[in-house]
Amino acid sequence: MAAGGRGWFRALALGVSFLKCLLIPAYYSTDFEVHRNWLAITHSLPLSQWYYEATSEWTLDYPPFFAWFEYALSHIAKYFDPQMLVVENLNYASRATVFFQRLSVILTDTLFIYAVHECCRCINGKRAAKDILEKPTFILAVLLLWNFGLLIVDHIHFQYNGFLFGLMLLSVARLCQKRYLEGALLFAVLLHFKHIYIYVAPAYGIYLLRSYCFTANNADGSLKWRSFSFLHVTLLGLIVCLVSALSLGPFLVLGQLPQVISRLFPFKRGLCHAYWAPNFWALYNAVDKALTVLGLKCNFLDSTKIPKASMTGGLVQEFQHTVLPSVTPLATLICTFIAILPSVFCLWFKPQGPRGFLQCLVLCALSSFMFGWHVHEKAILLAILPLSLLSIQRAKDAGIYLILATTGHFSLFPLLFTPPELPIKILLMLLFTVYSFSALKSLFRREKPLLNWIETIYLIQLVPLEIFCEIIFPLTPWKRHFPFVPLLLTSVYCALGITYAWLKLYISVLTERTSVRQKADA
Amino acid sequence: AARVGSQLGPAGGQGQLGWARSSALLPARAGGSEETGAERGPWSVPGMEKWSLMTITVLLALTVRWAVSLGSYSGAGKPPMYGDYEAQRHWQEITYNLPIRQWYFNTSDNNLLYWGLDYPPLTAYHSFVCAYIAKLINPDWVALHTSRGYESQPHKLFMRTTVSLGLALWAVLCLSHDWDLLGSVAFCLALNYKQMELYHSLPFFCYLLGKCFKKGLKGKGLVLLAKLAGTVLVSFAACWLPFGTDVEQIMQDKVANIWCSLSVLIKIKNVISPRTQLKLSFAVTFLSLLPACIKLTVQPSLRGFKFALVSCALSFFLFSFQVHEKSILLVSVLLPLLLKDELLLPYAVTTPAFLAVCLASFSILEKTSAEDLQLKAFSLSLKGYVSWFKSFPRIVRSLFLLSLSLMAVLSVLSAAVPPPQHLPDLFPVAVAVVSCLHFLLFLVYFNVVILWDSKNRGQKKIKYLEEEG
Repeated sequence: MAAGGRGWFRALALGVSFLKCLLIPAYYSTDFEVHRNWLAITHSLPLSQWYYEATSEWTLDYPPFFAWFEYALSHIAKYFDPQMLVVENLNYASRATVFFQRLSVILTDTLFIYAVHECCRCINGKRAAKDILEKPTFILAVLLLWNFGLLIVDHIHFQYNGFLFGLMLLSVARLCQKRYLEGALLFAVLLHFKHIYIYVAPAYGIYLLRSYCFTANNADGSLKWRSFSFLHVTLLGLIVCLVSALSLGPFLVLGQLPQVISRLFPFKRGLCHAYWAPNFWALYNAVDKALTVLGLKCNFLDSTKIPKASMTGGLVQEFQHTVLPSVTPLATLICTFIAILPSVFCLWFKPQGPRGFLQCLVLCALSSFMFGWHVHEKAILLAILPLSLLSIQRAKDAGIYLILATTGHFSLFPLLFTPPELPIKILLMLLFTVYSFSALKSLFRREKPLLNWIETIYLIQLVPLEIFCEIIFPLTPWKRHFPFVPLLLTSVYCALGITYAWLKLYISVLTERTSVRQKADA
Repeated sequence: AARVGSQLGPAGGQGQLGWARSSALLPARAGGSEETGAERGPWSVPGMEKWSLMTITVLLALTVRWAVSLGSYSGAGKPPMYGDYEAQRHWQEITYNLPIRQWYFNTSDNNLLYWGLDYPPLTAYHSFVCAYIAKLINPDWVALHTSRGYESQPHKLFMRTTVSLGLALWAVLCLSHDWDLLGSVAFCLALNYKQMELYHSLPFFCYLLGKCFKKGLKGKGLVLLAKLAGTVLVSFAACWLPFGTDVEQIMQDKVANIWCSLSVLIKIKNVISPRTQLKLSFAVTFLSLLPACIKLTVQPSLRGFKFALVSCALSFFLFSFQVHEKSILLVSVLLPLLLKDELLLPYAVTTPAFLAVCLASFSILEKTSAEDLQLKAFSLSLKGYVSWFKSFPRIVRSLFLLSLSLMAVLSVLSAAVPPPQHLPDLFPVAVAVVSCLHFLLFLVYFNVVILWDSKNRGQKKIKYLEEEG
């Protein structure tokens, strides 16, 4: 490849866009119908009806900015196929509709490409590598642009995560460039596009407060209380209020705010999705099930008292655990809060600039993923993408990234269960994994190996697991009686890996801070 | 870049690890100095290892191919004949269920009019192996008679896999270099797989013959000739042995079919009789092949061999009787075919992507001087006659851009605009005419390169290339 200037970035971006175009005829999930429905709702109905409309089961449950985004798209959609904008046309999927929706995802990804470009600029390119393939910026660009999870979730399963992550990465880049107000504005806007980013809001809040509102530190790095700047606080507050007013204002005026909130945070759904996201609660459920089976076998439990509703029955409803105590939404909130606290404290007491902020962001995302209520497995991307930025800086982070990314991406496999997509998902996964391993290994080749032998064995075991779940299990007689076994195995196995990565990252962040403190004191 | 990096440090304070500085404090740096390419120690591996680059390239190629296959295939859902996909599936059905003697003959079980097997035995053996695997997975796919027009998702997946394997076989076969015997075996196998390989047979023959002559017909040359003849005979025998004495009959049938069955011909010119057409096309093809082949026999070189392969295939394609578009395998020509099979999207994506990759890696737009195009010898001999040869690079570049834009315009028109009423075949014909002009130009170009490949220029270079293989 010609090592000329930014030619390689354009080639990467163009290449991945071509690949996305080829994926247009691929399988799409019910999320496709969800977005078509939202196009119809925002186009055909007045504003006052948007959050009340319930003809389709897929009601509008994203914040107002996303609704406005769909509204804007619908004006282009009518040139492709006006029939898709009729609310009653449930599950309407003409070729023009599919083409339009897929194209909209590909084109909105331009924002993501721009954000990656900005992030690459922020990386210090001190390592003057002769070979283009060795430059940290090149590796980062590939890890972000060709991210396996983003590709299959956005361009096969169908979602609009590309430009949302673009907004997030752009705000991170702005904060790294010390353009705090822009970063804050971008994040506020992002929150009103998809409220799942509230997972990482504590990191933003604390970092802005600490590094922007308090403009100076003491000699030993601790907070200088007197450097509090009212101006900065006011500006931040103004930005947040302005964005919220733009977004929720119309609904506040109409008195619909409670309805909007109830749509955005539907706590009626169960602790876990039909397919358990590989977090702490998956392990909790698995232990509960194991204890139940054990208890029945040893006759500790009465089989008549066990509730019939299965946790993996595909229904999203309230259910009870049998042996271990049941988990309420409040309990998950408390657990998440406790999990986030140490990282937030670290960020407050010993800020290390943008890197510290990124570490806290990843930890907040991971902790919320671990303990959140009704978490989707796609939320793991919230942790993987920012961690890519850290992985090219230090070998330790690179090792953690490899474990988290491989396991997290593998846990996304059950999203694509159709036969034609099987080779594609395996090939793409192999492509990304081989590249990430070899690139990061070559980047940190002068240090000790990135993964120890336990971690390597764990990751290698993913291959037999996949073969068992996709090829062997469907041919066995167990498939009819226990159809959820592959999902259960995938979920639990990945949960182990993700928990391990989370703990390892936490420990490395905490111990790094204390060593810094010791250095500063000495 | 360095200045931007330094902005990332925290607000003031010393002893703080900023973004910029932390990367410089990696413990393994020797003495904290900057490493340059020249200072690598003996223990370091240069960059990403070759194997991982190769793996990534292969994986990327496979991914693109599978992504393209997400689209439709020829004849999808179109009874009664369906398309090539159904043909392959039918061959698996035939080869698995019927005894070997019946494969090529019209029997009650084997109706030759419904996608009769018209490729040589290796294709049949390959279909047999695939059918065996298919039977293990789901017998319905290859059940005699009842599996016609079978289209289901797992079956589609299986068929795609078999195509890939078939191509892998090709790739393996084509990897032999200077091993003449292995190369000739491989070529015989290829020939027995698809008779289109006959297009390449003449250059093979001439090149190997020329090599024998060069070694001297009395000594080593004769030995080589004998060995080659032997391997060819053995390869053919191995492929055709199971058919016993029916070989003669099969060959007669097939050859007869190709040349003389008027009812199957698609393009019939009513001006000349078919027999005259046949003789004429044969003559023209042979004449256009002659210069390159003679040159190759007299002066066998690897470079000349490769060029001759291209020019002979081009001659056959341009001038022989009843040629199918697929035998040229150039993307632009396949356009009408792909449009018919609703494969516009993969075409629209892969063609620009392929072009972009070629343009980027071969720097086509820069290497347009006469030297680069290997026409130096030719231009020298023409220098006296033609004066405009001086602006050669510019002419080539503008020709290239002109042809690209012409192809792009034709593609867009074919896909988007319906043809006028009185000229329903306007676009396919236009594509064919444009492509024909291109191929004629290429034919002339390649022949010129071969014929003017003088001894002076290349003696050393040719030897080096031959050694390099």
